[in-house]
Amino acid sequence: MAKERGALRGLTRRQLLSGASAMGAFVVGSGYVTGARADWATEMRALKPESFATLVQMARDIYPHDRIPDENYVVAVKDYDTQDKAEMAEAGIEALNTRAREQTGDDYARIGWESDRVAVLRSMEDEAFFQTVRGGLVTGLYNQKEVWPIFGYEGESYSKGGYIDRGFDDIAWIG
Amino acid sequence: MAAPFEHSDDSVVVIIGTGAGGGVLANELAQKGVSVVALEAGGRYLPEDYVNDEWESFGQLAWTDPRTTSGDWRVAHDFSGLPAWIVKAVGGTSTHWAGASLRFQPHEWKARTTYGALDGANLLDWPIDEAEMAPWYDKAEEKLRVTRTGGRAGLPGSNNYKVFEAGARNLGYKEVHTGRMAINSEWTDDRMPCQQTGFCFQGCKWGAKWSSAYTDIPRGEATGNLEVRANAHVARILHDDAGKVTGVEYFDQNGDMQMQKARIVAVAGNSIESPRLLLNSASSMFPDGLANSSGQVGRNYLRHLTGSVYGIFDKPVHMYRGTTMAGIMQDEARHDPSRGFVGGFELETLSLGLPFMAAFLDPGAWGREFTSALDSYENMAGMWIVGEDMPQERNRVTLSDTEDGFGLKVADVAYTDHANDAAMRDYAYDVGARMYDSLGATRTLPTPPYPSTHNLGTNRMSERPEDGVVDRNGRAHDVPNLFVSDGSQFTTGAAENPTLTIVALAIRQADHIAREMSAGSL
Repeated sequence: MAKERGALRGLTRRQLLSGASAMGAFVVGSGYVTGARADWATEMRALKPESFATLVQMARDIYPHDRIPDENYVVAVKDYDTQDKAEMAEAGIEALNTRAREQTGDDYARIGWESDRVAVLRSMEDEAFFQTVRGGLVTGLYNQKEVWPIFGYEGESYSKGGYIDRGFDDIAWIG
Repeated sequence: MAAPFEHSDDSVVVIIGTGAGGGVLANELAQKGVSVVALEAGGRYLPEDYVNDEWESFGQLAWTDPRTTSGDWRVAHDFSGLPAWIVKAVGGTSTHWAGASLRFQPHEWKARTTYGALDGANLLDWPIDEAEMAPWYDKAEEKLRVTRTGGRAGLPGSNNYKVFEAGARNLGYKEVHTGRMAINSEWTDDRMPCQQTGFCFQGCKWGAKWSSAYTDIPRGEATGNLEVRANAHVARILHDDAGKVTGVEYFDQNGDMQMQKARIVAVAGNSIESPRLLLNSASSMFPDGLANSSGQVGRNYLRHLTGSVYGIFDKPVHMYRGTTMAGIMQDEARHDPSRGFVGGFELETLSLGLPFMAAFLDPGAWGREFTSALDSYENMAGMWIVGEDMPQERNRVTLSDTEDGFGLKVADVAYTDHANDAAMRDYAYDVGARMYDSLGATRTLPTPPYPSTHNLGTNRMSERPEDGVVDRNGRAHDVPNLFVSDGSQFTTGAAENPTLTIVALAIRQADHIAREMSAGSL
């Protein structure tokens, strides 16, 4: 299977290596994280910006949906950027980076190929931090109404009168 | 006008739980002039309160008080605190059920005789049979306005059904239709027809699906003979020195302990809470729990073997549009040991919304194998397997060391598949996959059982007191004025969705109780 370059999209290797300002798709400034296209930004309250960017990348690697934009992954893990959870999250990300460096020589978010990052995650999938993040994403990501149209799911239907006149039996390819 | 009864009124029948069993029993008794106090642990929600949102609705209706799990079923690993997806509300799980309303097949009343002795299975014949139950099924089908019975039309077929039906026909199956459903296909019973909204599991906002919450309960209250107390969590059933029950202790909506006296107590809290309550009611006279001289209280926990199959196609299906479970294939429901197992199974259409699909398709799974399946959600068709599982003594509800918010020991639910269950599930997965493959599915996904929706068998009915907890009328063998009125009295589970049988038994039990009361023998 071809390797998929996810984390490095839009960046050259030289740019990545040139400084701490670029982590994967994210631009990390002092106290904030923003998308590479600057189409979203989030201010950090408790987590280090680099840690949050790593968490967003981890979320996408756990439940990769190529048509879901980064914003929804950001929303899905934003809850870790609180005083209650930041300590746990920082410790978990530190352990993730340690594992990543053992396997690839790079911190997690600097690993260019998705398959190499997934290999790091597989090696720690039974650990509490991974399971906490994964379990939280099940509702944190998939219960965002904004992502439902991407899957073709229409959500609430009562206010529209159900589907009795809106295609409950409109399948055309069954005889 | 809802009747208020005094706590000291010892002439009332106290019913614990207001779902398909307790709610129907309450109304049937009230209609006969019997005074009833129904205690419901949950709150009162009506169609205008229900929400078309899976997680929000789950938070509103589901029983999420603590429970624990054990045994080697996968639910114990993936959902260790949530063995069952059932409801805590007035109307109980009749708000959540899919509406599939099937009679047992005649042989299923006599499972031990029909299937013989199986290693590890605690099979027993019901003390009642097809002929005895037929008139009660007639009444239940009329109460629930079941489609394809009593001259009522079937529901129209949805996209998901059309895929299901075409696949079944390709494999040569004949008994395929949109089901016998307690969901109106026309205006009847002052309730409107189905609007194909989906969200049947979240409470029907049109009231097209039967639920005791907005039929039997208000009708019973209208007689002046029924008082329903919501947010009343029963802690213990009390008894006198003669071994007859005298009332119940419960926590009211303020968390204060109350005591309601009773002439008769009927337990209908579903197959997890009902045995838990009997076990928590242990006393010096009944040290192993109330009505438990047989040791069978909590044992023989049944959940149907279940499982789902989803098929992904190269074109859209939109399975979530329309009635969730209006589709059935019954050819495999027969008993035919040549397939490698005893008993049979139904296949029924099923769909989950995107949020629940993510939670239940393959709990714990991650990565592209998982997400690529969800990416095809729009092109997915789904079906559910409902098959007879074997009663086993080790599958049981016991008291856990964990306590709930009232300081009461919670239920632990243990389940491990019998070899017959595993064989049937594998066979059913294969049938389901071949149905979709025959239509050109690009991928088929066998999906493990969800937290239990069909909870049965933990206070089972038996001819002999040593084999079970209640007699042929649901009356405790050990305690003459104590009844069990929910699915926990099932001797065996059969292959059919249980609600119609629970309702038929409740109507029959009301007739028995009223008759015995009139005769002065209760």
